[in-house]
Amino acid sequence: MKVLRFILQKEFRQIFRDKSILVMMFAMPMIQLVVLPLAMDFDIKSINLSIVDNDHSSYSQKLVSKISSSGYFNIISVDPNYQQAIKHIEKEEADVVMEIPPNFERNLVRAGKQQLSVYADAINGTKAGIGSGYLNMVIADFNNEVDFNIQKINANNTNQGGAIEIRQRSWFNPLEEYKFNIVPAVLVLLLTLIGGFMTTLNIVREKEIGTIEQINVTPIKKWQFISGKLIPFWIIGMIIFTVGLGVCSFVYDIYPKGSLWLLYAFAFIYLIAVLGLGLLISTYSDNQVQAMFVAFFFMMIFMLMSGFFTATDSMPHWARVFSNLTPVTHFVKVVRMIILKSSGFSDVKMEFLYLIGFAGLLNGWAIWNYKKTS
Amino acid sequence: METVTLQNIVKTYNNGSVKAVDDVSFTVKEGELFGLIGPDGAGKTSIFRILTTVLLADKGQASVAGFDVVKDYKEIRASVGYMPGKFSLYQDLTVLENLNFFATVFGTTIEENYELIKDIYDQIKPFNNRRAGKLSGGMKQKLALCCALIHKPKVLLLDEPTTGVDVVSRKEFWEMLKTLKRQGITILVSTPYMDEATLCERIALIQDGKIMTVDAPENIMKAYPTKLYAARSREIYRLLLDYRSDEAIESSYAFGEYLHITLHNKVHDGLSKLNEIAEKKGHVEIQVKEIKATIEDSFIRLMGEKEAKV
Repeated sequence: MKVLRFILQKEFRQIFRDKSILVMMFAMPMIQLVVLPLAMDFDIKSINLSIVDNDHSSYSQKLVSKISSSGYFNIISVDPNYQQAIKHIEKEEADVVMEIPPNFERNLVRAGKQQLSVYADAINGTKAGIGSGYLNMVIADFNNEVDFNIQKINANNTNQGGAIEIRQRSWFNPLEEYKFNIVPAVLVLLLTLIGGFMTTLNIVREKEIGTIEQINVTPIKKWQFISGKLIPFWIIGMIIFTVGLGVCSFVYDIYPKGSLWLLYAFAFIYLIAVLGLGLLISTYSDNQVQAMFVAFFFMMIFMLMSGFFTATDSMPHWARVFSNLTPVTHFVKVVRMIILKSSGFSDVKMEFLYLIGFAGLLNGWAIWNYKKTS
Repeated sequence: METVTLQNIVKTYNNGSVKAVDDVSFTVKEGELFGLIGPDGAGKTSIFRILTTVLLADKGQASVAGFDVVKDYKEIRASVGYMPGKFSLYQDLTVLENLNFFATVFGTTIEENYELIKDIYDQIKPFNNRRAGKLSGGMKQKLALCCALIHKPKVLLLDEPTTGVDVVSRKEFWEMLKTLKRQGITILVSTPYMDEATLCERIALIQDGKIMTVDAPENIMKAYPTKLYAARSREIYRLLLDYRSDEAIESSYAFGEYLHITLHNKVHDGLSKLNEIAEKKGHVEIQVKEIKATIEDSFIRLMGEKEAKV
């Protein structure tokens, strides 16, 4: 135990001596937590819209003013015809073009129906989808009002069917604010970065400088060396997690709704799993460039496949299977559940088992592959 | 008694395509200062890594301090002091922290074996709080030696300790080794510098993974089979070519500011023969003398013989 204590002392000394890394380790999480959720906002607020009004009636005017007052759209131009309007999309000035056909009002009142054209620039798929979605909503709303007017005129002979009214309510995030989704995820990203990158680079650095050569010929045991590497980053990870939770509460007013103990228990196991991954990468790499590259590769996969940005439920089946094979997926899910939903242990039991499995597997593999002899 | 033994050790890399150590056997006696002399790439470091148990040999047996390098690797790690060729201490820890760390790792303290390292440590003590990375080359090496000695090892394995170190520090270093030897520590040291060979009690000359000879340096020099001459003139390179083109001459190579030359056996008066060749070719300021062979001459000769055999 005395040897382990000394190894830990040495590791902490080295970590605290490298000032730039130390600053990065604590500054990076804070900056990410403060900046990323503000920047990554999927609530699209300003959609540039070009309008072609071929009708110039009071109804078409009403529709246009309704759209512009909805707050989501920026009407950048009103064009005489479709050809000119589509130019705005080509120049990337407009995201969506709406064309009101001639005789819009007349057909609406007389025939009770009329078609509208909406063209969206699908290069930015999300913006196009959400933009035309919003537009459809506004038009549908307008449609109801029109119906109402027409109903009044033809009050006697309308055969009004029973209407199903849909009222939507968003649980756990009533205003559907994006920050509730992203802040817990960024917290997970932080732990992953610290755990994954820092341990990998730290061990590989010893290989690169050659100090591991000197360590290998000492009676230091395998478990002592490995614990000496993992424990410091485990402690630092837990501290960063705590600070991150603090930032969540102070900056975003997001308090963990569920048990703090459960959250920490998960962070505890998750860090062990990620540290194991870092250790594993380091046993397979000979220098920091290799290690960095491999770690980065995994980090990219984790970020894109773990439900961090995109919901895992909408992935194809094979991708969901793959996603389940990364520890990050489970931790992201659990952190969201505990923080936003106040889930108890029984709700996240499966994830707990998954993470324990990953921790055991990754560390076991790494220790097995770590040799003092070549 | 033998402290280090190697028997028919073979080590290959890249699935056998590169033979780094080729059937090497030698022994180091207890309390001996033994040198492993050979150029870069001769296989010295591989031998050291096998002896320190961090590299497994393909074939053969080796033991250090009575322990087998494969079976008893734990005991070896505790009783051997190893100094790798590359400076391998923590550059971001201070001198004292490094020393303390390695002492603890070996389950001892600086105080316990202070006597052993005192002479060396006293020289770097003023820099106790300086980071190891900021030390000069000679200082680094002294620190590395201290760290290798801190647990009072029975055997000290030093892999090219003097490579890249200035002449004065090299001299000091060999003095330190002699002091350590007097305290009964067996030392196996490797070096690419032939002039350091004479500082060892016995040496093994190694080339391309093969041991060419093992003996005391004096014996190796004495065993030089023919007379050796040194010659020079104003145009030394032309002289070299002229000698090489003469059939009476067995070998001729540049050695410092002289050429070293051996003649075929049938030539009796070597001195006058060499003078005669040089004069015939129109050289001026000719100097020819008979000299004693150095280790380097022996090495070159053994290397030539080995190549002739192949």
